[in-house]
Amino acid sequence: MEPALLSPAAFKFFHVPAAFFAFLIPLIGIGAFLFIMKRRLDPLLKAAPDPRFGRIAQRVYQVLKIWLAQWRHPRYMTAGVLHILLFAGFLILGARSLELMFVGFWEGFTLPGFDGPLGHAYKVIKDYATTWVFFVVLIAAVRRGLFKPDRYAVPKRYGKDHTLEAIFVLGLIGTLVVSESLFDGSLLAAQIQQGHKAEFVAPATLAWFFRNLLADRPMASLQSLHIGSYFVHHLTFFFFLCFLPMGKHFHVITSLFNVFFMRLERGNIKPVRHGVSDAQLDELESFGVKRFEDFTWKHVLDFYSCADCGRCSDNCPANAVGRPLSPRFISIKGRDYAFANYPLLDPDVVKEADYQLIGTVYSEDEIWSCTTCGACEQECPVGIEYIDKIVDLRRGMVDSGNVPQSLQKPLGAMEKRGNPWGKMEKKRAEWTKALAPEFRVKDFSAGETAETLYFADSITSYDDRMQAIAQATARVLHRAGIDFGVLGKDEKDSGHEARRFGEEMLFQNLKASNTEAILASGARRIVTADPHAFNALKKDYQGLPPVEHISQVIVRAVKEGRLRLKPAERDGKVYTYHDPCYLGRHNDLYDDPRQALDAIPGLQRVEMLRSRDRSFCCGGGGLMLFYEPEEEQRMGVLRVQMAAKTGANVIVTACPFCLVNMEDAIKVAGLEGKMAAIDLAELIVGHLVD
Amino acid sequence: MDILVCVKRVPDTSENEIELNRAGNDINRDDLVYSVNEWDNYAVEEALRIVENAGGSVTVVTVGDEEAEEVLRREMAMGADKGLLLCDEAFEGSDGMGLARILKAAVEKGKYDLILTGAQADDGAGQVGGMLAAMLDLPFASLVNLIEVGEGKLKVGREIEGGNQEMNAISLPCVLSIQTGINEPRYVGIRGIRKVASVEIPRLGAGDLGLDAGKVGAAAAKVKRLDYFVPEMGAGAEILEGSTDEIIAKLLELLKAKGGLK
Repeated sequence: MEPALLSPAAFKFFHVPAAFFAFLIPLIGIGAFLFIMKRRLDPLLKAAPDPRFGRIAQRVYQVLKIWLAQWRHPRYMTAGVLHILLFAGFLILGARSLELMFVGFWEGFTLPGFDGPLGHAYKVIKDYATTWVFFVVLIAAVRRGLFKPDRYAVPKRYGKDHTLEAIFVLGLIGTLVVSESLFDGSLLAAQIQQGHKAEFVAPATLAWFFRNLLADRPMASLQSLHIGSYFVHHLTFFFFLCFLPMGKHFHVITSLFNVFFMRLERGNIKPVRHGVSDAQLDELESFGVKRFEDFTWKHVLDFYSCADCGRCSDNCPANAVGRPLSPRFISIKGRDYAFANYPLLDPDVVKEADYQLIGTVYSEDEIWSCTTCGACEQECPVGIEYIDKIVDLRRGMVDSGNVPQSLQKPLGAMEKRGNPWGKMEKKRAEWTKALAPEFRVKDFSAGETAETLYFADSITSYDDRMQAIAQATARVLHRAGIDFGVLGKDEKDSGHEARRFGEEMLFQNLKASNTEAILASGARRIVTADPHAFNALKKDYQGLPPVEHISQVIVRAVKEGRLRLKPAERDGKVYTYHDPCYLGRHNDLYDDPRQALDAIPGLQRVEMLRSRDRSFCCGGGGLMLFYEPEEEQRMGVLRVQMAAKTGANVIVTACPFCLVNMEDAIKVAGLEGKMAAIDLAELIVGHLVD
Repeated sequence: MDILVCVKRVPDTSENEIELNRAGNDINRDDLVYSVNEWDNYAVEEALRIVENAGGSVTVVTVGDEEAEEVLRREMAMGADKGLLLCDEAFEGSDGMGLARILKAAVEKGKYDLILTGAQADDGAGQVGGMLAAMLDLPFASLVNLIEVGEGKLKVGREIEGGNQEMNAISLPCVLSIQTGINEPRYVGIRGIRKVASVEIPRLGAGDLGLDAGKVGAAAAKVKRLDYFVPEMGAGAEILEGSTDEIIAKLLELLKAKGGLK
């Protein structure tokens, strides 16, 4: 039986076979695409190394979860669901597009295996996919064009708005699905008119709609529509393919790879240069990222993969308080740099040499503004990393001597005295003197021995207010029956922030000194109440005994009956727990501190809207206390207000820096008397059964 | 332009708890940490910036013992090309004039267009720069917080009473004492210091400098420290109380009453 309409493979434009064009278009399209991709690959090949080819099983798991299952998308429900539908549509319709590519010059082509029932089932699914993609495109366009969620706005200092690009791409997608449906719909209408046995078409799909709409059209116009829509689809498809690597839609191609190669650990910092051991650091010519090519290839891939969705910046505390940092633009500016300096058509225009990123692409304050809280990385649906980039840029600045005066003092003091305040080493364990004799603390540096080492770190050792945390911790440890001691004058700052502020060599010195003292102490495990020290000892140090946070110790001691807690008084106190970034996001310790709180019978606890992995940084610890940022308000103030909103009147933290920031913020927010902040260990000590 | 910057190693006031020794004639030096005198650090930074723009070299010099070499290295890690350690037992106990005399001898051993000192040292009396200029018979400007390089001369700004700025032209060669705040000194990390750890720093003693050892050192000092004491804590601090608005109102009132606000 003659087909109802001539297929593109059989059609002729004035004696020229349409198949010729149908073949030429993909040939040119794919050729151009490969050329563009080669050019886009150039900066990756010039970038710094990063061995990310191991732990394949974990990587495949990440791909299945974060890429294929779009795990992080529903964290933003509307946009997330829309994206999942689009993404699923793309995957489903990918096969159809491949098929259509061949149909143009291969009469009756079907994908292998698609000529039977599988093909029919696929046809139904793809017709619905086409339809939902069409509606999602409409909704997305209205959302971007009319409702304009704040998240997508581009502040002036970061360049021009991206709405047009977004709408344009939605237009392309819309064109693809409409032309595909029209191609099918016109054929179906013709088949009915010709009395052929019309193929089944799923009801309420776009193809079904077009079939009904075109039912009475003359055959000639159906034939034109059929061929016209084919070529519209064909051209749009290959134009879109080559347009993807030109902007934020590059993620359509790169996200699969970016997720595959994404970081598997959290809380750690990349080495100065992969493949160079700590002992070889002195041999390196330069530290950190100064020029674009100093980034690792994964970081360049990150730039390519940013979809401009704004989730990172929406969760960034620095951005929220008006600091000059918006993680999204770290990526977009990086991508713009790569595109501008590796232009498609002029391979010689690569501006290398001495092109410094700081002062041109990124500003100093932008890079110092980050508290490394990790909220951006937690949120990014395509696995983009920011902390390592920020730290690498800081390493570059430190290496060039480009460090704010406010940070030079504490860095110098850490070098000389082992703590950022420049306090005397011999006074590091002075806080123990205020403890009652029954709570006496052993001092390894005085030759005493114990099974457990309590690593207090600088702020808890020296700050008048935070010494109370050390004292509370010591009392909890005593009451839990743990034999412990401190390093005393031999303890130095963990260097957690020294490293994250880019002073790698200072960190290396502190690490070496602490490691030696810890190993010499003979302690078999380490406990700390400072999440920054916790993270440093766990992630930045090697070869130490196991490290625990005091909240873990408390929970276990309560379970084993070594710590008994009395009920909370009925004093109207409502507690809320603030997750410290380096306990929660960077170390997944969300439940222990909560369990410790809930172990106090009758304690009333509420959750803030932003809790657990969406916790909002208090303002940062360590050196961040010294840095004087440009900002409109303090992160801590925002956080305290969030706590107040839940109806809580006590914020419990489990980090000395959080406590400093919260207590300051309560004053600044004018909530004194209405809100209080307390450390977990202090709260537990207050509820110990006598 | 070839610039010589005079620097000094001093106990770091921000990182020490300064206590008197038992005899009461000096501070307790057991647990002290030292650093380069803050003013001198600004002077070195300024010299480096001048050389970065106008070309030339920066030499740092100090009078001190072997340990003083560490501050020279730190300044060389910042970018100074050469270090000079003026080290001799005969120099110990020199007063300001003695130090100026030693430095003068070092200046005359080289050829410098510009000599910078810090305006003062944490443990000093702010006198060496001026004396050095006088001994060298060179023009001098003190408390300089701005330098613009011209042809054969400099334009220098000085901070004067009430935060006002005075601008002067000064011909080269000259001596300037540098005030803090003239720039933002760059950071020197441990990595920077390690890079210059093995650079040879020449040491010059009295003989090398052609100095009469009798004219420097403790014996020649005409200014001698008699005593050190911690001043008695005076009354006078007043903590304002009340709501924030009340405190602000009281503070404004007090500032007006004492002439701090017009």
